[in-house]
Formats: sequence, C-alpha cells, structure tokens
Amino acid sequence: MSRTTPLHQIHEDLGARMIDFAGWDMPVWYDSATDEHHAVRTTAGLFDLSHMAELFVTGPQAGAAIDRALLINATGMPVGRARYSMMCNEMGGIIDDLIVYRLDDNEFMVVANASNGPVVFDELVERSAEFDATVDDRTDAFALVAVQGPRAESIVLQLTGPELGELRYYRVAHVELAGITGVTAYAARTGYTGEDGFELFVPAEHGVALWQALAAAGEADGLVPVGLAARDTLRLEAGMPLYGNELTLETTPFDVGSARLLKPKDDWYVGSDALAVAVDEPHDFLVGLHIDGRRPARTGYQVSSNDRAVGVITSGAPSPTLDQNIAIARLDHTPTVGDVVHVDVRGTTTLATVVELPFYRRPQ
Amino acid sequence: MSEIPEQLSYTAEHEWMKHDELTTVGITAFAVEELGEIVFVELPGVGDMVTAGTPCGEIESTKAVSEIYAPMNGEIIEVNDALESSPETLGEDPYGEGWLFKMKTDGGEYALLDAAGYRALIET
Repeated sequence: MSRTTPLHQIHEDLGARMIDFAGWDMPVWYDSATDEHHAVRTTAGLFDLSHMAELFVTGPQAGAAIDRALLINATGMPVGRARYSMMCNEMGGIIDDLIVYRLDDNEFMVVANASNGPVVFDELVERSAEFDATVDDRTDAFALVAVQGPRAESIVLQLTGPELGELRYYRVAHVELAGITGVTAYAARTGYTGEDGFELFVPAEHGVALWQALAAAGEADGLVPVGLAARDTLRLEAGMPLYGNELTLETTPFDVGSARLLKPKDDWYVGSDALAVAVDEPHDFLVGLHIDGRRPARTGYQVSSNDRAVGVITSGAPSPTLDQNIAIARLDHTPTVGDVVHVDVRGTTTLATVVELPFYRRPQ
Repeated sequence: MSEIPEQLSYTAEHEWMKHDELTTVGITAFAVEELGEIVFVELPGVGDMVTAGTPCGEIESTKAVSEIYAPMNGEIIEVNDALESSPETLGEDPYGEGWLFKMKTDGGEYALLDAAGYRALIET
C-alpha cells in the first residue's frame, strides 16, 4: 500500500496519472509533462513535494550533531540560511543529498529524498547519539508545496506579503499566510528546477488550503500543476544530480563534481577519513552530452570513446527547452567540451557531443 | 475510460488489428495513455517476415522504451513512414493516422481478443 500525501485527493480530482515513487502514490503528470515543463520555464508550476522527508534536529548541540553527520558546517550557518549538502557513509559513499535549513539557533530541518528518508533518519539518530540533540521525523506532519518559475515570486507574495520578495536564494523565513487564517509556513527560496521559486512547508492539515490558495493566486499568471516527470526533466536541464541516478552509495562527492561541499580537512565527520584518502585518487566525472538523433540515451547505457568503455549514462531524456536529447554521463576522465563520444542505444552506436553543465541557465 | 473500437481485434500486448485484405496494426489508446508523450517510433522494414509474439519495433516515450510485438506471423507490406518524422501522431490518433504497419498474415489461427475481451483485460 503506497503512502499518500495530504494533496492526494487534489491530484485525483485533477485527473493526474499517478505512479508509485519511492513508496508514495504521486502524480507523474497531469496532462502533458512537456507542457508542464514549458510552463515552469515561462510562467510558473505548482508541485506537491510532500513525499520528501522533513527530519528535525533540535537541541543545544543540534548543529554539532549535524556537523558530525553530514559534509556541512551547520554550526557556522546563520539562522534563516539553507545549504545543500550530502550524507556519506564511512567509505565516503553518498547516502543521500539533502538541504539543511537553520530554522533557529537550536533547530535545523534536514530535507532528504523520499526514497532515503528512513535511512537518513536512522543515520542521523545514530550519529547524534553523543550529542545533546534530538532527531524527529516530521515527514507526515508537513505538506510541502513548491512554486517554481519566473512568475513564482509574484504568485507567492500574494499569500505572504511583499517582504518575502526580499528573501534571497537559499534562505528560509517563517511567514504568515494571508487568507489562510492562523497558518504559518516555512518559506524557502530553494528548488530543483533551475528557476527562481519557493518551497512552502505547512502543517499537513493545511496543505489543501495552501495548494488551493496558490492555484487561485496563480491563475492569471499561468500557474499549472506539475508532476514528477517534468520535475525530472527540469532538474536534468539544470544539471542537478538525482539520487539513484548520478548519486549512489558507490560514488563519492569527488565522482559527482561535489568536492566543493566538503569541509576543511581537519574537521572530523562520518566519511571524512575515507574522503581524505579519496581526494588524491582517480575518480569519475559527470559530463553533459547532446545525443544525436531522436532516440534518448537512458540510464545505464554504455559510453565509449575510441572503442574504449569510458562510462555510463546516469540520466537522459528529451530536453523540452533545447528540443534535443540530453544526458548526464559518469565518465572515467574529463573530456573536452566538443569531444564526440559513442553511446550504445540498445545496440545502435549513437554519436554524442560533450557539452558544459548545466544544459540550461535561466536568463538573468 | 480508454476508447476501444468494437470492430477491431486486440492482443494482450495492447495492439489492435483491422482485418481487410491486409491486416493493419496499431497500438491501443490505453497503451498510448500509459506511455505518455511519444518521441520515437522504430517500425519493421517493408518485406520483413515477422513472428507472432516477437518484437518487431520500438516505441519510445519521454519516459520509457516499449517493444512493438508482431501480432501474427506474416510479411510486412507497408509501414507508416509519417511516424518517423511526427511520432506524436501515434499519441493523438492511435486508431487512425497513428497506425503502425500493414501485414499479410499467414492465415493461421491466433487467439486474439475482441473489444469486450480487451476491455476486461485492461480493467483487471
């Protein structure tokens, strides 16, 4: 039996095609994933992300506990900051990528992927055992609704008031929602689409009211509901890694171009010993590819260069924005932009050109 | 509920057949809805001899690849070349402009489904 989000009935009423995603019954598209993708690039999209795990770490040593558990320097974060980070195992393999929000001096919210919520929770509990900190899984207590796209700000501000417009990228604020009496939300300027936007965390029982208020506020701005299929192509165009595709237990942050997330060498945290060794060893690289022809290169397809196997496709899809098949590949070397490699598309050798990541950057 | 024309016959692999002098083969509206947006169609070649139940082409949607199965033994006489340049036609009109190929069957007996049988299959 799949878990359902507080917005499940809304998806059913909208006629969404539902799929099982990490044990959750989630909308994969409402009408057309391509149209939904374009809407986020040109107007705005509304997402139900309530399947994502909200894990709260609280207490006088909450920051120190997170410093031990993740790659991040949490104690150094000001209240109201959000940071992208990873959790590694003792071998330096990636357990999950996540966002850490500092809500208060002694309160952090760690948002993990739905598929990894339970393992991240267990690891946080274990890794914080020596600290005066409590870990609490509040996934079911929250509805998480995102508004992403060039019109996201004007839509969200109709509910929160104009001050939230001042909130900068990767910041979070606690706000009251006009029109939904007595309800407050954590409003974060974060997302997974390559566009400006907000992620709004509200108590689960107010999820429907928030969704409906946003849908009404965004009607004139062309806000449309967006499912997981478009979410995936949006993040792919933006060059953002996905756990299970680019990121796995067998990859280290070095393999996926995330060395910038590591703390200085003298900080000890779970995985730091292994990563201190791995830094001087050969590792893989993520690269962008434009695939020739109409057939998408998909996860797992082999990549070769001069008849030598050099890596594997980790994600691939037709890019609605570029009208071109794109893919991220994990290769054993860094090719030069413009190099041509071969992808085995189910027996057919297909040419692919190495390009810079991300594939898409929003106009400034 | 997906459209299931009464006069066609069906396979469990979500193909429809229209039996005239040649047999026209396509995929059902149900299959199209399951696939989502179709981006690529690979059809068998004209003159290919195909075997019932074995793959003879591919349909790719934005999310996945699916095989096209030959519904009966026979020879491919004509293919819908238009799908190569506009694969989305398959999604828009699966029982009309989105037909896949026409084949000359070997005249054998096949366990095909009628509309009611196919409806029962997809509703279970």
